[in-house]
Amino acid sequence: MHPFTYEAPTSLDAVLSRLGSAGPRAGLLAGGTDLLVQLRGGRAAPPVVIDVKKIPELRRLELDDSGLRLGAAVSCWELSRRDDVRSAYPGLMEAAELIGSMQIQGRATVGGNLCNASPAADTIPALIALGARAVLAGADGERQLPVEEFVTGPGHNALRPGELLVELRVPPAAERSADAYLRFTPRAEMDIAVVGAGVSVTLDASGGCTAARAALGAVAERALLVPEIAEALIGGPVDAEALERAAAAARAAARPISDKRGTADYRTRLAGVLTRRAATCAVQRAGGAQ
Amino acid sequence: MSGRKLHVSFTVNGEPAEVLCEPQQTLLDVLRDELRLTGTKEGCATGDCGACSVTLDGTLVCSCLVLAAETDGSTIGTVEGLAVHSGEEAPELHPLQRKFLEHAALQCGICTPGFLIAAGSLLEHNPDPSEAEIRYWLSGNLCRCTGYDKIVRAVLDTAAEMRAAT
Repeated sequence: MHPFTYEAPTSLDAVLSRLGSAGPRAGLLAGGTDLLVQLRGGRAAPPVVIDVKKIPELRRLELDDSGLRLGAAVSCWELSRRDDVRSAYPGLMEAAELIGSMQIQGRATVGGNLCNASPAADTIPALIALGARAVLAGADGERQLPVEEFVTGPGHNALRPGELLVELRVPPAAERSADAYLRFTPRAEMDIAVVGAGVSVTLDASGGCTAARAALGAVAERALLVPEIAEALIGGPVDAEALERAAAAARAAARPISDKRGTADYRTRLAGVLTRRAATCAVQRAGGAQ
Repeated sequence: MSGRKLHVSFTVNGEPAEVLCEPQQTLLDVLRDELRLTGTKEGCATGDCGACSVTLDGTLVCSCLVLAAETDGSTIGTVEGLAVHSGEEAPELHPLQRKFLEHAALQCGICTPGFLIAAGSLLEHNPDPSEAEIRYWLSGNLCRCTGYDKIVRAVLDTAAEMRAAT
C-alpha cells in the first residue's frame, strides 16, 4: 500500500478545516471496506487518510417523528441492531444487510456505500425509493441533495473539494407505507448486484396506492429513480395489471451493459421481475391485500 | 513520502498490547507481524474470504480491512483467545473448537480460525440459530476443503451443547 498519513479529527469543524487544507487528494475513511481494497490495489493513493469515525455528527443514528438521521459513519451492523429502523424502513434494512458479509457489515457504512457510488451499490436504490436526502458539509456551510442526484457516475459523487457527507435523512414513514429492496445475484451471498430494485409505496384505507417511488440499481451508470414505475403503481389497487405495467416501465428504463455478471438483455428482463416482486412485497408490508 | 509511525494501544484477548506501526499497516499485519499472534490468517487481503476474522469491540470484522491505527483503545478478540489457558495443564478448548474436532470440520485448517471467530460471534448474538441462519452468517468465510457441511453440523452441535449448559 502506498504510504499515507493517518488522521482522526474529533469534530466536524476540524475535519472541514483539514479537508480545506488537504485538498482533493485526502481520502475519507469510514468503514474502509472499499477504501482499503482500493488502496491495496493502487486504485487510490491519497497522501492523507482522514478517519471520520470520531466525528459525533457522523455517528448519529436517530429515528423519530421527523424521520431517520443516519450518520455517514454508522455501520450496517449498528444499523441492524435497531428494530425500530427495521420496522419503519424494512427495505433499507434489507439493502444494508445484503452488503458483503457479516464481517463487511461490521465496518461498512451506508454513507460510504453511497459515496463509493458503485452502479450496483445495494443501499442506493433503497435510499432513492425512500426519498432520502444526503446532507453535505463544507467550508461554506451545509447543503442537501436528493440521493438520486448525489451519485454522478460510476465511482463519482457530487461532493465538491472540501466537502464531506455528514448524514442521510429519510422522511418519516407515512401510515400504510412500506419499502422493499431486492437484488439478483448468482450466489446467495457475497456477490455484487446484477440488478437491484427498491420500491416504496403508500396505500389508502382501501388498499389503493396513493404514492410510490422506485429505483433500479446496476442497470445504468448509476442508480436510477424511475418515475414511470411509480406512475404505474399509483391510482388504484396494485393488482396484476398494475404490476405488469410497473415491470414494463422498469424494463423500459433499464439501460444496462453486458458484462461478466450478465447480459444487457438478461438484466433488462430481471429489472422487470425484481420490480414486480419488490412492489408486491412493499404493498404487502404496507398492509395491502395480495 | 513515508507516514510517521503511530503508537497504538489496545487489548487483545483480555491482555493489553501496544505497537508502533505504519499508518498503512492493517490490524491483520500488526496481529501477525508485530504481536506474533499468527492464528489469524491472510487469505485474500480484500475482505472476501474471512480467514482474517477477528472481533473488534465485540463486532465481527475482517482484520485485513481495518487499519491498525483505527484500533487505538479498542478490544480485540482472536482465535488465540478462545481456549482457556491455566498454568501447565493442557488448555481447555472452547466448545466450538472441540466440536470442530469431533465433527472433522477442518482439513488444512487455514480457514478454521476465521470460522471459529465468526461462529463464536454468531452464537453470542443468536444462541439458537437455524441451519439457514448459520449458513448466511458464515457466508463471509470461505473453505476450500470441507464443503462446509461439517462446519455447519459442528456449529449446530455447539449451539445445542452451549444452550444445554446454561
